[in-house]
Amino acid sequence: MQRGVVIIGAGHGGSQVGFSLRQEGYDGPIHLVSDEPDLPYHKPPLSKAYLKDVSQDVQILRAEKAYADARIELALGRKVEAIDRQARAIRFADGATLPYERLVIVTGATNRKLALPGHDLTGLHSIRTRTDAAHLREAMQTAGDIVVIGGGFIGLEAAATFAALGKRVTVIELAPSILGRAVSAVVAAHVDAEYRKLGIRVLTATGIERLEGEAGKVKAVRLSDGTTVPADLVLVGIGATPNDALARDAGLACDNGIVVDATLATADPTIFAIGDVANFPHAHAGRRVRLESVQNASDQAKHVAKTVMGKPDDYRETPWFWSDQGHMKLQMAGLSFGADRHVRTGALGEPAFSVYHYAGDRLLAVDSVNRPGDHMVARRLIAAGISPSEADLAEGPDRLKSLIGR
Amino acid sequence: MSQVTFIERDGTRRIVEVVSGESLMQAGTRAGVDGIIGECGGSCMCATCHVYLTEEDFARIDPPDAMEQDALEFTASNQRPTSRLGCQVKLSAATDGLTVTVAEA
Ligand SMILES: Cc1cc2nc3c(=O)[nH]c(=O)nc-3n(C[C@H](O)[C@H](O)[C@H](O)COP(=O)(O)OP(=O)(O)OC[C@H]3O[C@@H](n4cnc5c(N)ncnc54)[C@H](O)[C@@H]3O)c2cc1C
Repeated sequence: MQRGVVIIGAGHGGSQVGFSLRQEGYDGPIHLVSDEPDLPYHKPPLSKAYLKDVSQDVQILRAEKAYADARIELALGRKVEAIDRQARAIRFADGATLPYERLVIVTGATNRKLALPGHDLTGLHSIRTRTDAAHLREAMQTAGDIVVIGGGFIGLEAAATFAALGKRVTVIELAPSILGRAVSAVVAAHVDAEYRKLGIRVLTATGIERLEGEAGKVKAVRLSDGTTVPADLVLVGIGATPNDALARDAGLACDNGIVVDATLATADPTIFAIGDVANFPHAHAGRRVRLESVQNASDQAKHVAKTVMGKPDDYRETPWFWSDQGHMKLQMAGLSFGADRHVRTGALGEPAFSVYHYAGDRLLAVDSVNRPGDHMVARRLIAAGISPSEADLAEGPDRLKSLIGR
Repeated sequence: MSQVTFIERDGTRRIVEVVSGESLMQAGTRAGVDGIIGECGGSCMCATCHVYLTEEDFARIDPPDAMEQDALEFTASNQRPTSRLGCQVKLSAATDGLTVTVAEA
């Protein structure tokens, strides 16, 4: 069998690697392998449109025909058990092997599990795959009281949907604020206030003692202060961990994800890693990061295709991310690590505004709420290394557009 | 039943039967039209569903809103006066017969 490129994981990143390799002129065999049985689909709608509307099916990334046209061999519903670097082959559960010339690991992340008494009750959910989302969507129909554990993007998106469907919703977050690590304090406080207005109970700085059940099914969440919150259903959204076990077992360096260099290659010149599972040195941030976003997976896929083709270059795309929180469209551009100054445009209490993060005079990142125009311009500013002054910001969007030559 | 015609970059014409309520991007990805990607799933963020309309078609459907105009201006390459992002064009009986060309990369 002719050795080709084997891609483990057919999510956002993995599928794109296949197509980008063809665009780069790769002519050999491409195998796209995933343990999920379904044609690759969009993950973000699982906590948004799909959850809201029972008539919605998952949205596929590409038609089956597109894979066939590009001669991308799909191996779906097949979990990879091991990587044999000596033989340059992957091994499946049934013992079958598939040799590779180049291997791209795009295995994504797995939702963190709750480690509290009562974690094994039924009625607990999390969202990562279409199956998870389908189960949740079915179970939520008959639930009156819903508790969301963890105030991160996914849990909060779902909380807004639950509330819109008339459920009584409580969000419980251990940290002093929701969205703590992900957005600026101003944005987090705004989202918090908006959710309270919608009738969602948001409990921050709140610990959980255990989940209480009846006949094996969750009934309530007992907080550290001894009070209980009724729960017919609990959604756990406490972050995710990278699926790097395959790489680690194969002796590749892992540290919160598979360690790759700026070209997205591991220390083994035949193995690469991208997307949610990759820990890479970020050009702008000047540090290593692991990012969980569609943009990161898609852009790294396009980039790694070049590396695989023997045209290595440093990955330097500007990160961006979005989250639809009820009536709020949150959009983030850049990374705000090390920011020491935060400038907000738009008056306090306004439903649409942006926060510009600076380190000294250098613009690092921009968080926008219902300001898609700001976000688009911000991506261009950050990519070009242009840092508007506070006076520029005060002058408004036209001034910012003129800075990038429009 | 309404239809939309996609013209791929190599000139191939692809006629797609529209499922009511879907977007131009969804119709294109569902049918495997080459060059219609929709990375962000329809959030008006990535501009990988950029198409050109004919002048007549552009004039007869709802115009792009501010968000789409910004996305076109700042993320799409090779923008033209009749550019649209497929994810923001909802298809219905009223859009029957639309002919769109996949934008240059
Ligand atoms: C509910 C939800 C909502 C989200 N919302 C947003 C959003 O609004 N905006 C945004 O930018 N991002 C969002 N994300 C994040 C985004 O979906 C991910 O960052 C993106 O999917 C990462 O792509 P990936 O290719 O690295 O991994 P994935 O798309 O997760 O693909 C990895 C694939 O590898 C498979 N796999 C793992 N191990 C093996 C193995 N051993 N053998 C075979 N296959 C294996 C997995 O089953 C999976 O199918 C969301 C994610 C979730 C779950």
